Amino acid sequence: MTRTLRLFRHTRLVFVRSAQPWLRSPALHIVAVFSPLLYLVLFGPLVKNALPPKVDAWQWFVPGMLMQLTLFGAAYAGFAITPELRSGVTERLRVTPVSRLALLLGRVLGDMAQLVIQGGVLLAAATAFGFRTPVLAVVLALALAAVLGAAISSLSYALALTVKEENKFAPLLNMMLVPLMLLSGVLLPMDNAPGWLHTLSRINPLSHVVEALRAITAGHYGSTAAVQGTLITVVMAVVCGLLGWRTMARNQA
Amino acid sequence: MLKVRGLTKTFRSRRNTVKAVQGVDFDVAEGELVGFLGPNGAGKSTTLRMLSTLLRPTSGEAVVAGCDLLADPNGVRNRIGYVGQGNGAGAGLRVGEELVMQARLYGMPAAEARSQVTDLLKQFDLEGMDNRTVSTLSGGQRRRLDIVMGIVHRPGLVFLDEPSTALDPQSRSNLWEHIRSLRDRHGTTVFLTTHYLDEVDALCERILVIDDGRIITEGTPDSLKTEVSGDLVTLHTGAPAEAATVIGHLPGAREVTTDATSVRFRVPRGDAAVPVLVRELDRIGAPVEAVSTQRPTLDDVFLTLTGRSLRDAEAGAGDGAEQE
Repeated sequence: MTRTLRLFRHTRLVFVRSAQPWLRSPALHIVAVFSPLLYLVLFGPLVKNALPPKVDAWQWFVPGMLMQLTLFGAAYAGFAITPELRSGVTERLRVTPVSRLALLLGRVLGDMAQLVIQGGVLLAAATAFGFRTPVLAVVLALALAAVLGAAISSLSYALALTVKEENKFAPLLNMMLVPLMLLSGVLLPMDNAPGWLHTLSRINPLSHVVEALRAITAGHYGSTAAVQGTLITVVMAVVCGLLGWRTMARNQA
Repeated sequence: MLKVRGLTKTFRSRRNTVKAVQGVDFDVAEGELVGFLGPNGAGKSTTLRMLSTLLRPTSGEAVVAGCDLLADPNGVRNRIGYVGQGNGAGAGLRVGEELVMQARLYGMPAAEARSQVTDLLKQFDLEGMDNRTVSTLSGGQRRRLDIVMGIVHRPGLVFLDEPSTALDPQSRSNLWEHIRSLRDRHGTTVFLTTHYLDEVDALCERILVIDDGRIITEGTPDSLKTEVSGDLVTLHTGAPAEAATVIGHLPGAREVTTDATSVRFRVPRGDAAVPVLVRELDRIGAPVEAVSTQRPTLDDVFLTLTGRSLRDAEAGAGDGAEQE
């Protein structure tokens, strides 16, 4: 068996294993979509007044919620691995000839599939509020969100494998997620921000991802915002993926 | 099956350096059931983790199941089974799924993996548990599942790290049966670590005793007891002093102590020494009133070799000694 074929087989096995819990309890998806839905209902109506009059509030706000769903969903992926690290599951898998890349890829693909389903539910629910977008845009937006999810969940696994304990992992995540989200311009437009805040938000790669999602859902597939945001997302996925791989492959558990 | 030479592992952290394993040499032949006995923190698990590719040795070399540990770790992984101290099956998953997935990671085709899993579950008294969620199993069942998981790909060599820790006495002896049958039915070479004397006594044909990162002796449990400690003989007699003199001339007798009515000593074969002694003491007029011989325990062996009993060694093994 060639290396590539084996990597493929192993990735599929790890993917199926990691998908098992949420395939069996679909209710988990509803729980995951609940918080962005609350934002739509309870925060969405406030957004209108903060936006320039020409901009449609839902067209502006929903792509941001898709980003937020992806960010939080993927960031918590690491919580699946800490109990396995402690109980001996990770150790058991490391003794098998499974490729360490497959251990990461299988899980990350599982997370991506999960995020696509949840993102789809969110976008469908948003149409009830008056959000409209072409089918092609839905496909592209979910694909971009999935790539972002791959980056964030790889990073989450790397972090979880390094800190090892939930009670350290959780506050660390919070510390990183809150500023990332606030500075991404998901809740309110950053155009009105003071200079320093605006600069900070430009440095945050996630604000470019959100802009790309907005451009895509508006049907501007070839726009600078869409292309630039997509490139940034892909680079993030590659860098975080390599980091996750390195952590998985590290000598000591 | 196993050839280990000069294996060492040193853990370095900012604050201290722990020499967990300080040069270990041993061989295990095919089909042997060998126990690695020592107190917690002696370096047993670290050695096992090195031999199963989980830890990179600081120095030394080993050939495991025919593959060089350092040059071909993947070859080693393909040929060994490893059952760690923890539970290898994911708590929220189903027994059958985890086992089939494990077999398929070793390249076993799906259909073969399923029939192999069915067979093994039956053999390990877990029949019909395929669809149970792992977390609903009892401690003994879960431990047997761990072992099934370690052998599902039919390895020639299996490492078991403290297999019976935290099990109740009944589950323990049941587990020992299964471990024995692994070797007897499949010819699997079994190498296990334990800090329980009764476990090696009940299970292992040969033991390696490790303390402080070094192997201090090896042999069969019986030979170690005989050669290292010997039987403890207690004689009750009216003339302990005279008896002690006679005993002093007995080949192999040592640790002779007397009190007002009895003499105690150790001798390699108490059963053979007593008849001779009884006749001799009769002849010199110091008749024996009662006699008892006691086979030494492996704890006596450990005590003789290290000057501490296993239990003391446990208590003395400070934190940080058994680090990962």
